[in-house]
Amino acid sequence: MDTITTLRPPTTPSRLPAAKVRTAFVALLARDLTVLWKRPGDFIARTIVQPLLFVFVLGYVSPKIGQGFSDSTSATQIATTLLAGMLAIVTLFQGVFAVGMPLIQEFGYTREIEDRVLSPLPVGIVAVAKVIAGALQGLLATLVVFPLAMLVPSARPDLDVHWAVLLTLAPLAALMCSSLGLFLGTAFDARSVTAVFAILLTPLMFLGCTLYPWSTLDAIPWVQALSLVNPVTYVSEGFRAAVTPAHHLTLLVIYPVLIGFTGLLLWQGLHHFRRRVIA
Amino acid sequence: MDGLDLSVRRGEVFGLLGPNGAGKSTTVGMLTTGVVPTAGRAWVAGIDVVAQPAVARQHIGVVPQHNTLDRSLTVRENLVFHGRFFGMRTARARAQADVVLERVALAHVADKPVPALSGGMAQRLMIARAIMHRPAVLFLDEPTAGLDPQSRIALHDIVRELNAAGQTVLLITHDMEEADQLSDRVAIIDHGRLLALDTPAALKRSVDAGTVVKVAADAEPAALAALLQAAVPGVRDAHALENAVLLTVGADHAVFPALAAVAERDHLALRDVRIDEPTLETVFIRLTGRELRD
Repeated sequence: MDTITTLRPPTTPSRLPAAKVRTAFVALLARDLTVLWKRPGDFIARTIVQPLLFVFVLGYVSPKIGQGFSDSTSATQIATTLLAGMLAIVTLFQGVFAVGMPLIQEFGYTREIEDRVLSPLPVGIVAVAKVIAGALQGLLATLVVFPLAMLVPSARPDLDVHWAVLLTLAPLAALMCSSLGLFLGTAFDARSVTAVFAILLTPLMFLGCTLYPWSTLDAIPWVQALSLVNPVTYVSEGFRAAVTPAHHLTLLVIYPVLIGFTGLLLWQGLHHFRRRVIA
Repeated sequence: MDGLDLSVRRGEVFGLLGPNGAGKSTTVGMLTTGVVPTAGRAWVAGIDVVAQPAVARQHIGVVPQHNTLDRSLTVRENLVFHGRFFGMRTARARAQADVVLERVALAHVADKPVPALSGGMAQRLMIARAIMHRPAVLFLDEPTAGLDPQSRIALHDIVRELNAAGQTVLLITHDMEEADQLSDRVAIIDHGRLLALDTPAALKRSVDAGTVVKVAADAEPAALAALLQAAVPGVRDAHALENAVLLTVGADHAVFPALAAVAERDHLALRDVRIDEPTLETVFIRLTGRELRD
């Protein structure tokens, strides 16, 4: 391979103006939010169904039929535990379904991503825009699910909102889950989607302290230890700290670990993204 | 790729012609920043695509081989968002979208969702999208592959109109007719190497033949080639193809009577005889000994 030239010979290379990059970045976000706006049904379905069923079965049906609580757990406690858990699940699901799955499709059969990575931006910015759009949807989803988790259970959960925690933790959790979506969406292809769900998503969700507080795992130390490598644990425990008076992992652990997971997943996700885009 | 050295002039339609696997897509991938070359350099509009891919992309419009339209958006939204990805303000992107929709005759479906488009319409929309940001070079990668004849004609007309308006086009194709009809100059490449580069007319003249005759008969092609080369007057070259023989014959030689005489003398059953003007395919066969559509 020697030289391929089109048009005039090399001149002084120009630089990308920052204003253009900003406009393009906003447009990438706007594209995802436009699709969300045009197809609200998709968002509602992936946002509501799963948490609604959890709070309905575990927070309403189980207490009503006398299952799931003993002397030491009241219906209120169950509802309180589930409140934080549902916020975590819905954030996780937005990350996977608003970022991961679309990427798998766009890299796979639709190849829509190809046009976006031809825009005059560093390719990583396309991925970052996807992550930010996913995080925004994650935040929106928590707002939608919050009233459900409050109203559906047979008893009202204990609410104790720590605004400073909520307003910092929710965006951080959304960003982490969205970065997880980027990682899953770029590390796996369409053929392995089923495996991603069965092998990764289900344990992340069920063993992420969404249905019980981490402290109650004292009884099974190995599960308690294992839960610490699950990033969703920190999302659940974080929401527990943010909106309930229940016991939770210390925030001194939750924040740094969430930041660490976000950094790691974003870094790996961007790495895979570039490799998929540039041969 | 192996020592390919090309230069495309402003305002021309440059055809890159070669069989599948010749290295056309890799070349385009390098020029459009999707493939990083292991060695060598490339410039588009004076910008080094390897060193500054993001900057170079401002000057590149790409119509890829497969449909990469955004299926979640309408026809117009595809264009408007594309313009915005290239740094246009929304109002300007909307105005420009209306202009290009007129150009590719899709204004009437502007608000339709992409999945509702026919193959030809989708292809035209991809061209519209590629010219939204007024690229210095428009890359068309097999633009008519899989299109029906009418859509193909419509697409060729659009390419001619764009070029008449000053658009530089790099056309990648394995379709010699398309390369012949649209290109100002054609580069024929195979195995990543440049075999010939000239205007279609000059390339066809280079084979030095008045007519090209394809003969199929009940005989082994290599033997038939040797036989016809000796027996038919004016034959400059006889190439054995898979199921036939390709003769290039000088002007002013009557081929048909000679063929009939050979057939009668040697009891050959002729199955097909086609007499044509030389085409770019003839040029390719002369250069490589192979057919283009393998």
